[in-house]
Amino acid sequence: MSIWKFANPVQFMRLSGALLPAFSGLTVLCLAAGLGWGFFGTPDDYQQGATVKILFIHVPAALMAINAWFMMLVTSMIWFIRRHHVSALAARAAAPIGAVMTLITLFTGAIWGEPMWGTWWAWDPRLTSFFILFVFYLGYIALWSAIDDPEKAADLTAILCLVGSVFAVLSRYAVFFWSQGLHQGPSLSMDQRENVDNAFYWPLLLCIAGFVLLFITLVLLRTRTEIRARRLRAIEQMQAQQAAPRPMEAHKA
Amino acid sequence: MKTASAVLGRELRLALRSGGGAGLGLSFFLIVVLLVPFGTGPDPERLRAIAPGTLWLAALLACQLSLDRLFQTDYEDGTLDILSLSPLPLEGLVALKALAHWLTTGLPLVIVAPVLAITLNLPGDAFAWLMASLALGTPGLSFLGAIGGAVTVGLRRGGLLLSVLVLPLYIPTLIFGARAVASAAEGTDPMPALTLLAGLTLFILALAPFAAAAALRINLR
Repeated sequence: MSIWKFANPVQFMRLSGALLPAFSGLTVLCLAAGLGWGFFGTPDDYQQGATVKILFIHVPAALMAINAWFMMLVTSMIWFIRRHHVSALAARAAAPIGAVMTLITLFTGAIWGEPMWGTWWAWDPRLTSFFILFVFYLGYIALWSAIDDPEKAADLTAILCLVGSVFAVLSRYAVFFWSQGLHQGPSLSMDQRENVDNAFYWPLLLCIAGFVLLFITLVLLRTRTEIRARRLRAIEQMQAQQAAPRPMEAHKA
Repeated sequence: MKTASAVLGRELRLALRSGGGAGLGLSFFLIVVLLVPFGTGPDPERLRAIAPGTLWLAALLACQLSLDRLFQTDYEDGTLDILSLSPLPLEGLVALKALAHWLTTGLPLVIVAPVLAITLNLPGDAFAWLMASLALGTPGLSFLGAIGGAVTVGLRRGGLLLSVLVLPLYIPTLIFGARAVASAAEGTDPMPALTLLAGLTLFILALAPFAAAAALRINLR
């Protein structure tokens, strides 16, 4: 049995329909346990107080913001190479989720940054790269919705995703050059894994698992919606063709 | 070679003779630079501080705004179909069109930029670096723009979408270009930024025609 079997929309619908309840349940379980443990079961940080607990949303969201784009890149390439429509639709389905994850990262970062750094926003390389990532998501979503022909839209967005991936990475390193060049200020990063104490490590891991599951659940759900929308469109087109009299017959009548 | 020079000649003639081609980008550049002091106030010190960024940003916007004409008119009247049948590979055609775009939009900006730099109080040492960075950076902008132009060519109202798609791709070029000028203005070594800018432009010149040609093939299908 090959994995490409599930590139068939019917097979995909069957499998994803069976898996969806399990994934939804696991997501709720992991997020409830992870966030509950994180918010109520961990001690306050000796410097940051309770503010540190926003990390349980911020870090998983940031991870998923990047991984959603990576998933879009992989599915776009699968579409390019093997022309499986489900793959292209999965890329389309993942984009808004990735964009929202990026927004969550930026907003939770701002909420954390205000009491810690004394500012909602700083043009720090890390913050700036997420801002840029968000703009790339916006362009990708806009291009999908601008093109009517589904196959053409899938092709062109796949090209944009490839080019965008290269430039998102380039921008990330260029931004480090830019910010260090402008002010040799202290680095504001706090994401070093060794900084996180064991008390935070396990609930954080659980939250990350919860966000990964949430992402998978949402992508499955949205891909199913896209497939159904595509099917609906095909049916409507067929009906419209049948309803309209053929030119020859109209002439006879 | 003959085909290539014919295509390039056609592009240049079209840009120069049809109204609102090359001159319009330059006028836009002038107007943006004129508007900036109204936004920030006429304080020379402040203008000196923002001059490199302003000039680069204005040049970038001027390059970008003329991109929708790159393939759109040829697509609408069917010229692009005929050009795609020529012995020239589509990648070569894209490169020639982007080159013509740079010659008519980017190059005039490089030449005019020092004049406008005076009005923004850019230090004299930085003038040569401003021209060098624009000359090295703007070809990349035209070639990147060819990708955006090729992707949006079939769309009826692609103009704004083109900006949303292309401007994020300009970020690295803008960073290195503006940094090179700013370093020169501050009296530090502009070479690191300038060499990175040159490398980036070469990278774009090498790869962008392939992406743009792929998008054109999809749109011509």
